[in-house]
Amino acid sequence: MSIDNSTVKKVAKLARIEINEEEETTLITELNNILGWVDELKQVNTDSVEPMLSVFNESMQMREDKAESNFDNSQILDNSPESNSGFFVVPKVVE
Amino acid sequence: MNDFENLSISSAIEGLANKNFTSLELTEFFIKKIEKNKDLNCFITSTFDKAIEMAKISDQKIKENETRPLEGIPIGMKDLFCTNGVRTTAGSKILENFVPFYESTVSNNLWNSGAIMLGKTNMDEFAMGSANTTSFFGNVKNPLGSKVNKELVPGGSSGGSASAVSSGLCLGSTGSDTGGSIRQPASFCGLVGLKPTYGRCSRFGMIAFASSLDQAGPITKTVEDSALMLQAMVSFDKRDSTSSRQSIPDFSDFKKLSIKGKRIGIPKEYMIDGLNSDIKKIWDSGISWFKSEGAEILEISLPHTKSALPTYYIIAPAEASANLARYDGIRYGFRHNADDLNDLYQKTRGFGFGKEVKRRLMIGTYVLSAGYYDAYYLKALKVRKLISQDFEDSFKKCDLILTPTTPNVAFPIGEKQTNPIEMYLNDVLTVPASLAGLPAISVPSGFNSEKLPIGLQLIGKPFDEISVLAAGAVIEESRGF
Repeated sequence: MSIDNSTVKKVAKLARIEINEEEETTLITELNNILGWVDELKQVNTDSVEPMLSVFNESMQMREDKAESNFDNSQILDNSPESNSGFFVVPKVVE
Repeated sequence: MNDFENLSISSAIEGLANKNFTSLELTEFFIKKIEKNKDLNCFITSTFDKAIEMAKISDQKIKENETRPLEGIPIGMKDLFCTNGVRTTAGSKILENFVPFYESTVSNNLWNSGAIMLGKTNMDEFAMGSANTTSFFGNVKNPLGSKVNKELVPGGSSGGSASAVSSGLCLGSTGSDTGGSIRQPASFCGLVGLKPTYGRCSRFGMIAFASSLDQAGPITKTVEDSALMLQAMVSFDKRDSTSSRQSIPDFSDFKKLSIKGKRIGIPKEYMIDGLNSDIKKIWDSGISWFKSEGAEILEISLPHTKSALPTYYIIAPAEASANLARYDGIRYGFRHNADDLNDLYQKTRGFGFGKEVKRRLMIGTYVLSAGYYDAYYLKALKVRKLISQDFEDSFKKCDLILTPTTPNVAFPIGEKQTNPIEMYLNDVLTVPASLAGLPAISVPSGFNSEKLPIGLQLIGKPFDEISVLAAGAVIEESRGF
Protein backbone atom coordinates (compact mmCIF):
# COMPACT_ATOMS: atom_id res chain seq x y z
CA MET A 1 0.00 0.00 0.00
CA SER A 2 1.39 3.34 -0.91
CA ILE A 3 -0.11 6.73 -1.41
CA ASP A 4 1.23 8.88 -4.22
CA ASN A 5 0.42 12.42 -5.26
CA SER A 6 -2.46 11.40 -7.50
CA THR A 7 -4.13 9.58 -4.58
CA VAL A 8 -3.67 12.59 -2.30
CA LYS A 9 -5.15 14.84 -4.97
CA LYS A 10 -8.09 12.50 -5.44
CA VAL A 11 -8.80 12.17 -1.70
CA ALA A 12 -8.50 15.93 -1.20
CA LYS A 13 -11.01 16.43 -3.98
CA LEU A 14 -13.40 13.91 -2.40
CA ALA A 15 -13.02 15.67 0.96
CA ARG A 16 -13.48 19.09 -0.73
CA ILE A 17 -10.26 20.41 0.76
CA GLU A 18 -7.95 22.60 -1.31
CA ILE A 19 -4.31 21.76 -0.64
CA ASN A 20 -1.22 23.45 -2.00
CA GLU A 21 1.85 21.68 -3.32
CA GLU A 22 3.70 21.88 -0.03
CA GLU A 23 0.76 20.39 1.86
CA GLU A 24 0.50 17.70 -0.77
CA THR A 25 4.11 16.64 -0.25
CA THR A 26 3.73 16.55 3.54
CA LEU A 27 0.45 14.65 3.33
CA ILE A 28 1.98 11.96 1.11
CA THR A 29 4.54 11.15 3.80
CA GLU A 30 2.12 11.49 6.71
CA LEU A 31 -0.69 9.46 5.20
CA ASN A 32 1.76 6.73 4.17
CA ASN A 33 3.11 6.60 7.72
CA ILE A 34 -0.29 6.55 9.37
CA LEU A 35 -1.85 4.05 6.96
CA GLY A 36 1.27 1.89 7.18
CA TRP A 37 0.89 1.93 10.95
CA VAL A 38 -2.82 1.04 10.99
CA ASP A 39 -2.03 -1.74 8.49
CA GLU A 40 -0.98 -3.90 11.45
CA LEU A 41 -4.70 -4.59 11.93
CA LYS A 42 -4.46 -6.92 8.94
CA GLN A 43 -2.71 -9.40 11.24
CA VAL A 44 -5.75 -9.64 13.52
CA ASN A 45 -7.97 -12.58 12.73
CA THR A 46 -11.52 -11.28 12.29
CA ASP A 47 -13.07 -14.26 10.53
CA SER A 48 -16.70 -14.57 11.59
CA VAL A 49 -16.52 -11.38 13.70
CA GLU A 50 -19.47 -9.04 13.33
CA PRO A 51 -18.58 -5.39 12.71
CA MET A 52 -19.43 -3.13 15.65
CA LEU A 53 -20.87 0.21 14.56
CA SER A 54 -21.82 1.38 18.03
CA VAL A 55 -21.65 0.26 21.64
CA PHE A 56 -25.19 1.52 22.11
CA ASN A 57 -27.45 -1.50 22.44
CA GLU A 58 -30.74 -0.03 23.56
CA SER A 59 -33.49 -0.08 21.00
CA MET A 60 -34.06 3.27 19.38
CA GLN A 61 -37.58 4.50 19.82
CA MET A 62 -39.64 6.32 17.28
CA ARG A 63 -40.96 9.70 18.21
CA GLU A 64 -44.02 11.38 16.90
CA ASP A 65 -43.51 12.93 13.48
CA LYS A 66 -44.25 16.43 14.60
CA ALA A 67 -42.41 19.66 13.85
CA GLU A 68 -41.11 21.21 17.05
CA SER A 69 -38.62 23.78 15.84
CA ASN A 70 -39.48 27.29 16.74
CA PHE A 71 -36.52 29.05 15.24
CA ASP A 72 -37.27 31.87 12.91
CA ASN A 73 -35.64 32.39 9.61
CA SER A 74 -33.63 35.40 10.66
CA GLN A 75 -32.00 33.58 13.62
CA ILE A 76 -30.75 30.92 11.24
CA LEU A 77 -29.61 33.36 8.57
CA ASP A 78 -27.74 35.47 11.12
CA ASN A 79 -24.89 32.94 11.05
CA SER A 80 -24.67 32.71 7.29
CA PRO A 81 -21.76 34.39 5.51
CA GLU A 82 -24.13 35.77 2.88
CA SER A 83 -27.91 35.92 2.69
CA ASN A 84 -30.48 37.82 0.70
CA SER A 85 -34.26 38.13 1.05
CA GLY A 86 -34.41 35.24 3.52
CA PHE A 87 -32.19 32.90 1.50
CA PHE A 88 -28.60 31.67 1.65
CA VAL A 89 -26.53 33.04 -1.21
CA VAL A 90 -24.15 30.79 -3.17
CA PRO A 91 -22.19 31.37 -6.38
CA LYS A 92 -24.19 30.82 -9.53
CA VAL A 93 -24.60 27.09 -10.19
CA VAL A 94 -26.74 27.13 -13.34
CA GLU A 95 -25.54 28.63 -16.58
CA MET B 1 -11.13 38.90 50.12
CA ASN B 2 -11.29 35.14 50.53
CA ASP B 3 -8.88 33.01 48.58
CA PHE B 4 -11.00 30.61 46.62
CA GLU B 5 -8.21 29.22 44.48
CA ASN B 6 -8.01 25.82 46.15
CA LEU B 7 -11.69 25.51 46.94
CA SER B 8 -13.51 22.36 45.85
CA ILE B 9 -17.06 22.43 44.52
CA SER B 10 -18.32 20.51 47.58
CA SER B 11 -16.77 22.98 50.03
CA ALA B 12 -18.00 25.93 47.95
CA ILE B 13 -21.54 24.54 48.18
CA GLU B 14 -21.09 24.30 51.95
CA GLY B 15 -19.64 27.80 52.19
CA LEU B 16 -22.50 29.26 50.16
CA ALA B 17 -25.09 27.42 52.26
CA ASN B 18 -23.48 28.66 55.48
CA LYS B 19 -23.39 32.19 54.05
CA ASN B 20 -19.60 32.38 54.50
CA PHE B 21 -19.48 34.04 51.10
CA THR B 22 -21.82 34.79 48.22
CA SER B 23 -21.84 33.46 44.69
CA LEU B 24 -21.14 36.99 43.47
CA GLU B 25 -17.97 37.11 45.59
CA LEU B 26 -16.90 33.74 44.23
CA THR B 27 -17.65 34.76 40.66
CA GLU B 28 -15.84 38.09 40.93
CA PHE B 29 -12.81 36.33 42.41
CA PHE B 30 -12.59 34.00 39.41
CA ILE B 31 -13.18 36.79 36.89
CA LYS B 32 -10.18 38.68 38.33
CA LYS B 33 -8.13 35.51 38.37
CA ILE B 34 -8.94 34.74 34.73
CA GLU B 35 -7.94 38.28 33.74
CA LYS B 36 -4.64 37.93 35.58
CA ASN B 37 -3.84 34.61 33.93
CA LYS B 38 -4.57 35.37 30.31
CA ASP B 39 -1.14 34.02 29.34
CA LEU B 40 -2.37 30.49 30.07
CA ASN B 41 -4.89 31.02 27.24
CA CYS B 42 -7.53 28.84 28.93
CA PHE B 43 -10.54 30.69 27.57
CA ILE B 44 -11.53 31.46 23.97
CA THR B 45 -14.51 33.58 24.99
CA SER B 46 -15.24 34.99 28.42
CA THR B 47 -18.81 35.60 29.54
CA PHE B 48 -18.25 37.74 32.62
CA ASP B 49 -21.43 39.86 32.36
CA LYS B 50 -23.49 36.72 32.05
CA ALA B 51 -21.62 35.20 35.00
CA ILE B 52 -22.38 38.19 37.26
CA GLU B 53 -26.01 38.09 36.22
CA MET B 54 -26.22 34.35 36.95
CA ALA B 55 -24.43 34.77 40.30
CA LYS B 56 -26.96 37.39 41.41
CA ILE B 57 -29.81 35.03 40.60
CA SER B 58 -28.05 32.25 42.54
CA ASP B 59 -27.56 34.47 45.58
CA GLN B 60 -31.26 35.28 45.49
CA LYS B 61 -32.14 31.57 45.26
CA ILE B 62 -29.87 30.78 48.21
CA LYS B 63 -31.50 33.57 50.21
CA GLU B 64 -34.92 32.16 49.44
CA ASN B 65 -33.85 28.58 50.25
CA GLU B 66 -34.50 27.45 46.70
CA THR B 67 -30.99 26.16 46.24
CA ARG B 68 -30.36 23.90 43.24
CA PRO B 69 -27.55 21.24 43.32
CA LEU B 70 -24.78 23.43 41.85
CA GLU B 71 -26.23 26.77 42.90
CA GLY B 72 -23.75 29.59 42.43
CA ILE B 73 -20.80 27.41 41.32
CA PRO B 74 -18.67 29.11 38.63
CA ILE B 75 -17.45 26.73 35.94
CA GLY B 76 -15.74 26.71 32.55
CA MET B 77 -17.62 25.33 29.54
CA LYS B 78 -15.59 23.60 26.85
CA ASP B 79 -16.06 25.50 23.60
CA LEU B 80 -17.47 22.34 22.03
CA PHE B 81 -20.85 22.80 23.74
CA CYS B 82 -23.22 25.11 21.91
CA THR B 83 -24.33 27.95 24.14
CA ASN B 84 -27.31 30.06 23.17
CA GLY B 85 -26.19 33.54 22.16
CA VAL B 86 -22.56 32.86 23.09
CA ARG B 87 -19.99 32.24 20.36
CA THR B 88 -19.04 28.58 20.06
CA THR B 89 -15.96 27.79 17.97
CA ALA B 90 -14.76 24.22 18.68
CA GLY B 91 -11.30 25.83 18.52
CA SER B 92 -11.62 26.31 14.76
CA LYS B 93 -11.31 29.20 12.35
CA ILE B 94 -14.22 27.72 10.41
CA LEU B 95 -16.51 28.48 13.39
CA GLU B 96 -14.74 31.66 14.49
CA ASN B 97 -17.94 33.71 14.32
CA PHE B 98 -20.56 31.05 14.98
CA VAL B 99 -23.19 32.07 17.54
CA PRO B 100 -25.65 29.25 18.29
CA PHE B 101 -29.30 30.07 18.85
CA TYR B 102 -29.87 26.95 20.93
CA GLU B 103 -28.27 25.37 23.98
CA SER B 104 -26.59 21.96 24.27
CA THR B 105 -28.38 19.60 26.63
CA VAL B 106 -25.33 19.17 28.86
CA SER B 107 -24.79 22.92 29.33
CA ASN B 108 -28.51 23.49 29.72
CA ASN B 109 -28.62 20.84 32.47
CA LEU B 110 -25.73 22.57 34.25
CA TRP B 111 -27.36 26.01 34.11
CA ASN B 112 -30.61 24.48 35.34
CA SER B 113 -28.65 23.09 38.29
CA GLY B 114 -27.47 26.59 39.18
CA ALA B 115 -23.94 26.49 37.74
CA ILE B 116 -22.45 29.75 36.49
CA MET B 117 -20.67 30.17 33.15
CA LEU B 118 -17.39 32.09 33.31
CA GLY B 119 -16.56 31.43 29.70
CA LYS B 120 -15.85 28.99 26.92
CA THR B 121 -12.62 27.05 27.35
CA ASN B 122 -9.94 26.55 24.73
CA MET B 123 -9.51 23.17 23.10
CA ASP B 124 -7.82 21.34 20.27
CA GLU B 125 -9.58 22.10 16.99
CA PHE B 126 -12.71 19.94 16.80
CA ALA B 127 -11.27 18.00 19.78
CA MET B 128 -8.53 16.54 17.56
CA GLY B 129 -5.33 16.62 19.55
CA SER B 130 -3.62 15.51 22.74
CA ALA B 131 -1.68 18.64 23.67
CA ASN B 132 -3.99 21.58 22.97
CA THR B 133 -1.61 22.67 20.23
CA THR B 134 -4.11 22.48 17.34
CA SER B 135 -6.48 25.28 18.45
CA PHE B 136 -6.94 28.19 16.03
CA PHE B 137 -6.94 30.35 19.17
CA GLY B 138 -3.44 29.31 20.23
CA ASN B 139 -1.77 26.88 22.59
CA VAL B 140 -2.92 26.48 26.18
CA LYS B 141 -0.24 26.34 28.87
CA ASN B 142 -0.23 23.90 31.75
CA PRO B 143 0.06 25.96 34.99
CA LEU B 144 2.26 23.23 36.49
CA GLY B 145 4.96 24.07 33.96
CA SER B 146 6.11 26.88 36.23
CA LYS B 147 7.21 24.20 38.74
CA VAL B 148 9.84 22.98 36.30
CA ASN B 149 10.49 26.27 34.47
CA LYS B 150 9.17 24.90 31.21
CA GLU B 151 6.17 25.62 29.06
CA LEU B 152 4.28 22.37 29.33
CA VAL B 153 1.20 21.21 27.44
CA PRO B 154 -1.97 20.73 29.48
CA GLY B 155 -2.91 17.70 27.39
CA GLY B 156 -5.87 17.68 25.09
CA SER B 157 -8.28 18.02 23.69
CA SER B 158 -9.95 19.51 26.81
CA GLY B 159 -6.74 21.43 27.57
CA GLY B 160 -8.32 24.79 28.41
CA SER B 161 -10.79 23.13 30.75
CA ALA B 162 -8.06 21.23 32.59
CA SER B 163 -5.63 24.14 32.79
CA ALA B 164 -8.39 26.47 34.08
CA VAL B 165 -9.36 24.15 36.95
CA SER B 166 -5.74 23.35 37.78
CA SER B 167 -4.78 27.04 37.98
CA GLY B 168 -7.84 27.88 40.06
CA LEU B 169 -9.64 29.95 37.42
CA CYS B 170 -12.91 28.09 38.00
CA LEU B 171 -14.23 25.39 40.34
CA GLY B 172 -14.82 22.76 37.69
CA SER B 173 -15.22 22.45 33.95
CA THR B 174 -16.76 20.35 31.25
CA GLY B 175 -14.81 18.24 28.82
CA SER B 176 -15.54 15.82 26.05
CA ASP B 177 -13.77 12.54 25.56
CA THR B 178 -13.55 10.71 22.24
CA GLY B 179 -10.31 8.80 22.83
CA GLY B 180 -9.01 10.28 26.09
CA SER B 181 -9.70 14.02 25.82
CA ILE B 182 -10.95 14.30 29.42
CA ARG B 183 -8.75 11.75 31.16
CA GLN B 184 -5.40 12.63 29.56
CA PRO B 185 -5.51 16.42 30.29
CA ALA B 186 -6.84 15.69 33.80
CA SER B 187 -3.84 13.44 34.34
CA PHE B 188 -1.39 16.06 32.97
CA CYS B 189 -2.86 18.81 35.17
CA GLY B 190 -3.26 16.84 38.41
CA LEU B 191 -7.05 16.61 38.27
CA VAL B 192 -9.92 14.16 38.31
CA GLY B 193 -11.37 13.53 34.84
CA LEU B 194 -14.37 11.29 34.28
CA LYS B 195 -15.65 9.91 31.01
CA PRO B 196 -19.04 8.36 31.73
CA THR B 197 -20.55 5.40 29.89
CA TYR B 198 -21.39 6.17 26.27
CA GLY B 199 -25.01 7.38 26.27
CA ARG B 200 -25.05 8.86 29.79
CA CYS B 201 -24.67 12.46 28.64
CA SER B 202 -26.64 13.75 25.70
CA ARG B 203 -24.68 14.68 22.59
CA PHE B 204 -27.31 17.21 21.52
CA GLY B 205 -25.61 20.54 20.86
CA MET B 206 -22.15 19.08 21.42
CA ILE B 207 -20.19 19.71 18.24
CA ALA B 208 -19.60 16.27 16.74
CA PHE B 209 -16.18 14.72 16.19
CA ALA B 210 -16.75 10.92 16.15
CA SER B 211 -20.34 10.27 17.11
CA SER B 212 -20.00 6.64 18.19
CA LEU B 213 -17.30 7.65 20.69
CA ASP B 214 -17.99 11.26 21.80
CA GLN B 215 -19.03 11.55 25.44
CA ALA B 216 -19.14 14.56 27.75
CA GLY B 217 -17.83 14.50 31.32
CA PRO B 218 -16.51 16.66 34.15
CA ILE B 219 -12.98 17.82 35.05
CA THR B 220 -12.67 18.63 38.76
CA LYS B 221 -10.27 18.73 41.69
CA THR B 222 -11.85 15.89 43.66
CA VAL B 223 -13.79 12.68 43.10
CA GLU B 224 -16.70 14.08 45.10
CA ASP B 225 -16.83 17.11 42.80
CA SER B 226 -16.78 14.78 39.82
CA ALA B 227 -19.88 12.99 41.13
CA LEU B 228 -21.61 16.33 41.77
CA MET B 229 -20.97 17.66 38.28
CA LEU B 230 -21.77 14.36 36.60
CA GLN B 231 -25.14 14.27 38.35
CA ALA B 232 -26.00 17.65 36.88
CA MET B 233 -24.79 16.80 33.36
CA VAL B 234 -26.54 13.47 32.70
CA SER B 235 -30.08 13.03 31.41
CA PHE B 236 -32.07 11.02 28.93
CA ASP B 237 -32.59 13.20 25.88
CA LYS B 238 -34.90 12.33 23.03
CA ARG B 239 -32.92 14.70 20.80
CA ASP B 240 -29.94 12.31 20.90
CA SER B 241 -30.70 8.94 19.29
CA THR B 242 -28.04 7.21 21.42
CA SER B 243 -29.00 8.81 24.73
CA SER B 244 -29.50 6.06 27.29
CA ARG B 245 -32.75 5.30 29.08
CA GLN B 246 -30.88 3.50 31.89
CA SER B 247 -31.97 4.76 35.28
CA ILE B 248 -29.75 7.46 36.69
CA PRO B 249 -28.46 6.68 40.18
CA ASP B 250 -27.52 9.12 42.92
CA PHE B 251 -23.81 9.25 42.09
CA SER B 252 -22.93 10.47 45.61
CA ASP B 253 -23.77 6.92 46.72
CA PHE B 254 -20.17 6.12 45.81
CA LYS B 255 -19.34 7.25 49.35
CA LYS B 256 -21.34 4.35 50.79
CA LEU B 257 -19.74 1.77 48.53
CA SER B 258 -16.88 -0.24 50.01
CA ILE B 259 -14.12 -1.54 47.77
CA LYS B 260 -13.53 -4.41 50.21
CA GLY B 261 -13.95 -7.71 48.41
CA LYS B 262 -14.12 -6.05 44.98
CA ARG B 263 -11.98 -7.66 42.31
CA ILE B 264 -9.58 -5.28 40.59
CA GLY B 265 -8.12 -6.48 37.30
CA ILE B 266 -4.61 -5.49 36.21
CA PRO B 267 -4.31 -5.94 32.43
CA LYS B 268 -0.84 -7.20 31.54
CA GLU B 269 -1.09 -5.68 28.05
CA TYR B 270 -1.07 -2.15 29.53
CA MET B 271 2.53 -2.73 30.60
CA ILE B 272 3.58 -1.24 27.27
CA ASP B 273 7.06 -0.49 25.96
CA GLY B 274 7.87 3.08 26.77
CA LEU B 275 5.76 3.27 29.93
CA ASN B 276 7.53 5.83 32.11
CA SER B 277 9.21 4.15 35.11
CA ASP B 278 7.78 6.64 37.62
CA ILE B 279 4.31 5.87 36.27
CA LYS B 280 4.97 2.14 36.62
CA LYS B 281 5.91 2.74 40.27
CA ILE B 282 2.70 4.68 40.95
CA TRP B 283 0.71 1.90 39.27
CA ASP B 284 2.32 -0.57 41.72
CA SER B 285 1.46 1.76 44.63
CA GLY B 286 -2.13 1.86 43.38
CA ILE B 287 -2.26 -1.93 43.46
CA SER B 288 -1.01 -1.97 47.06
CA TRP B 289 -3.55 0.70 48.13
CA PHE B 290 -6.41 -1.43 46.85
CA LYS B 291 -4.92 -4.51 48.52
CA SER B 292 -4.83 -2.75 51.88
CA GLU B 293 -8.46 -1.72 51.41
CA GLY B 294 -9.35 -5.40 51.12
CA ALA B 295 -9.80 -5.56 47.36
CA GLU B 296 -8.75 -8.67 45.50
CA ILE B 297 -6.12 -8.02 42.83
CA LEU B 298 -5.92 -10.28 39.81
CA GLU B 299 -3.99 -10.21 36.58
CA ILE B 300 -6.22 -10.10 33.54
CA SER B 301 -5.65 -10.14 29.82
CA LEU B 302 -7.12 -7.79 27.23
CA PRO B 303 -5.43 -9.43 24.25
CA HIS B 304 -6.44 -6.89 21.59
CA THR B 305 -5.14 -3.82 23.47
CA LYS B 306 -2.33 -3.37 20.94
CA SER B 307 -4.88 -3.00 18.13
CA ALA B 308 -6.97 -0.34 19.87
CA LEU B 309 -5.06 2.75 18.76
CA PRO B 310 -4.86 1.81 15.04
CA THR B 311 -8.56 0.87 15.20
CA TYR B 312 -9.36 4.26 16.71
CA TYR B 313 -7.35 6.05 14.03
CA ILE B 314 -9.53 4.50 11.36
CA ILE B 315 -12.93 4.80 13.04
CA ALA B 316 -12.61 8.30 14.51
CA PRO B 317 -11.33 9.99 11.30
CA ALA B 318 -13.94 8.10 9.25
CA GLU B 319 -16.75 9.41 11.44
CA ALA B 320 -15.16 12.86 11.50
CA SER B 321 -14.99 13.02 7.71
CA ALA B 322 -18.76 12.49 7.62
CA ASN B 323 -19.54 14.82 10.55
CA LEU B 324 -17.36 17.68 9.35
CA ALA B 325 -18.84 17.60 5.85
CA ARG B 326 -21.37 20.13 7.17
CA TYR B 327 -18.75 22.90 7.21
CA ASP B 328 -19.22 24.11 3.68
CA GLY B 329 -19.22 27.88 4.06
CA ILE B 330 -22.88 28.21 3.08
CA ARG B 331 -25.09 28.26 6.17
CA TYR B 332 -22.71 29.31 8.94
CA GLY B 333 -19.08 29.81 9.71
CA PHE B 334 -16.15 30.99 7.65
CA ARG B 335 -16.52 31.34 3.89
CA HIS B 336 -13.72 31.81 1.38
CA ASN B 337 -15.13 33.51 -1.66
CA ALA B 338 -14.81 31.82 -5.02
CA ASP B 339 -16.34 31.93 -8.46
CA ASP B 340 -17.98 28.54 -8.47
CA LEU B 341 -19.53 26.40 -5.78
CA ASN B 342 -16.99 23.57 -5.75
CA ASP B 343 -14.15 26.05 -5.50
CA LEU B 344 -15.97 27.76 -2.65
CA TYR B 345 -16.23 24.47 -0.72
CA GLN B 346 -12.60 23.56 -1.31
CA LYS B 347 -11.18 26.96 -0.45
CA THR B 348 -13.44 27.37 2.60
CA ARG B 349 -12.36 24.02 3.98
CA GLY B 350 -8.74 24.38 2.87
CA PHE B 351 -8.37 27.72 4.68
CA GLY B 352 -10.92 27.12 7.45
CA PHE B 353 -9.52 23.88 8.88
CA GLY B 354 -6.16 23.50 10.58
CA LYS B 355 -3.46 20.97 9.69
CA GLU B 356 -4.44 18.19 12.10
CA VAL B 357 -8.12 18.37 11.18
CA LYS B 358 -7.29 18.25 7.46
CA ARG B 359 -4.97 15.31 8.04
CA ARG B 360 -7.71 13.36 9.81
CA LEU B 361 -10.35 14.27 7.25
CA MET B 362 -8.03 12.98 4.55
CA ILE B 363 -7.49 9.69 6.43
CA GLY B 364 -11.21 9.37 7.07
CA THR B 365 -12.12 10.05 3.47
CA TYR B 366 -9.49 7.58 2.27
CA VAL B 367 -10.57 4.68 4.51
CA LEU B 368 -14.19 5.16 3.48
CA SER B 369 -13.47 5.49 -0.23
CA ALA B 370 -14.33 2.87 -2.81
CA GLY B 371 -11.83 0.03 -2.80
CA TYR B 372 -10.53 0.71 0.71
CA TYR B 373 -13.72 0.56 2.80
CA ASP B 374 -13.50 -3.18 3.50
CA ALA B 375 -9.76 -3.26 4.07
CA TYR B 376 -9.75 -0.38 6.56
CA TYR B 377 -13.11 0.74 7.88
CA LEU B 378 -14.91 -2.59 7.98
CA LYS B 379 -11.81 -4.27 9.38
CA ALA B 380 -11.59 -1.67 12.15
CA LEU B 381 -15.25 -2.19 13.06
CA LYS B 382 -14.56 -5.90 13.47
CA VAL B 383 -11.49 -5.33 15.61
CA ARG B 384 -13.56 -2.90 17.69
CA LYS B 385 -15.90 -5.80 18.42
CA LEU B 386 -12.94 -7.91 19.60
CA ILE B 387 -11.69 -5.11 21.86
CA SER B 388 -15.14 -4.69 23.35
CA GLN B 389 -15.41 -8.47 23.78
CA ASP B 390 -12.10 -8.50 25.69
CA PHE B 391 -13.58 -6.13 28.26
CA GLU B 392 -16.81 -8.11 28.45
CA ASP B 393 -14.87 -11.30 29.16
CA SER B 394 -12.69 -9.60 31.76
CA PHE B 395 -15.66 -8.13 33.58
CA LYS B 396 -16.87 -11.67 34.21
CA LYS B 397 -13.79 -12.06 36.42
CA CYS B 398 -13.33 -8.58 37.86
CA ASP B 399 -15.35 -5.51 38.86
CA LEU B 400 -12.90 -2.78 37.89
CA ILE B 401 -9.70 -2.39 35.89
CA LEU B 402 -6.75 -0.35 37.15
CA THR B 403 -4.20 1.08 34.71
CA PRO B 404 -2.10 4.21 34.24
CA THR B 405 -3.92 7.00 32.33
CA THR B 406 -1.00 7.99 30.11
CA PRO B 407 2.38 6.49 29.22
CA ASN B 408 4.12 9.75 30.15
CA VAL B 409 3.70 12.98 32.14
CA ALA B 410 3.03 16.42 30.63
CA PHE B 411 5.66 17.29 28.00
CA PRO B 412 6.98 20.65 26.74
CA ILE B 413 4.98 22.61 24.16
CA GLY B 414 6.56 21.93 20.77
CA GLU B 415 7.45 18.30 21.45
CA LYS B 416 5.87 15.45 19.46
CA GLN B 417 4.94 17.86 16.65
CA THR B 418 6.92 16.36 13.79
CA ASN B 419 5.44 12.87 13.65
CA PRO B 420 1.65 12.66 14.14
CA ILE B 421 1.83 9.06 15.39
CA GLU B 422 4.05 10.14 18.30
CA MET B 423 1.26 12.48 19.42
CA TYR B 424 -1.38 9.80 18.91
CA LEU B 425 0.50 7.44 21.26
CA ASN B 426 -0.52 9.67 24.18
CA ASP B 427 -3.94 8.04 24.06
CA VAL B 428 -2.79 4.43 23.88
CA LEU B 429 -4.10 3.65 27.39
CA THR B 430 -7.35 5.64 27.20
CA VAL B 431 -8.60 4.67 23.74
CA PRO B 432 -9.57 1.03 24.49
CA ALA B 433 -12.24 2.04 27.07
CA SER B 434 -13.55 4.63 24.59
CA LEU B 435 -13.97 2.04 21.85
CA ALA B 436 -15.87 -0.16 24.32
CA GLY B 437 -17.96 2.80 25.58
CA LEU B 438 -17.02 2.12 29.21
CA PRO B 439 -16.94 4.58 32.12
CA ALA B 440 -13.40 5.52 33.12
CA ILE B 441 -11.84 8.01 35.49
CA SER B 442 -8.36 9.44 35.88
CA VAL B 443 -7.38 10.29 39.45
CA PRO B 444 -4.16 12.04 40.53
CA SER B 445 -2.10 9.33 42.20
CA GLY B 446 1.46 10.58 42.55
CA PHE B 447 4.30 12.56 41.03
CA ASN B 448 7.41 11.94 38.98
CA SER B 449 10.85 13.04 40.16
CA GLU B 450 10.15 16.57 38.86
CA LYS B 451 6.91 16.72 40.88
CA LEU B 452 4.72 16.54 37.80
CA PRO B 453 1.42 14.72 38.39
CA ILE B 454 0.70 11.13 37.40
CA GLY B 455 -2.84 9.84 37.04
CA LEU B 456 -4.17 6.32 37.38
CA GLN B 457 -7.17 5.21 35.38
CA LEU B 458 -10.05 3.07 36.63
CA ILE B 459 -12.32 1.46 34.04
CA GLY B 460 -15.72 0.11 35.06
CA LYS B 461 -18.59 -1.95 33.72
CA PRO B 462 -21.17 -0.16 31.58
CA PHE B 463 -23.22 2.30 33.66
CA ASP B 464 -21.28 1.49 36.83
CA GLU B 465 -19.88 4.98 37.37
CA ILE B 466 -20.53 4.56 41.11
CA SER B 467 -17.89 1.82 41.48
CA VAL B 468 -15.48 3.86 39.36
CA LEU B 469 -15.98 6.87 41.65
CA ALA B 470 -15.72 4.72 44.80
CA ALA B 471 -12.42 3.27 43.64
CA GLY B 472 -11.24 6.76 42.69
CA ALA B 473 -11.97 7.85 46.25
CA VAL B 474 -9.77 5.01 47.56
CA ILE B 475 -6.85 6.46 45.57
CA GLU B 476 -7.58 9.94 46.96
CA GLU B 477 -7.54 8.62 50.53
CA SER B 478 -4.48 6.42 50.10
CA ARG B 479 -2.07 8.53 48.04
CA GLY B 480 -0.92 10.69 50.96
CA PHE B 481 -1.34 14.21 49.56
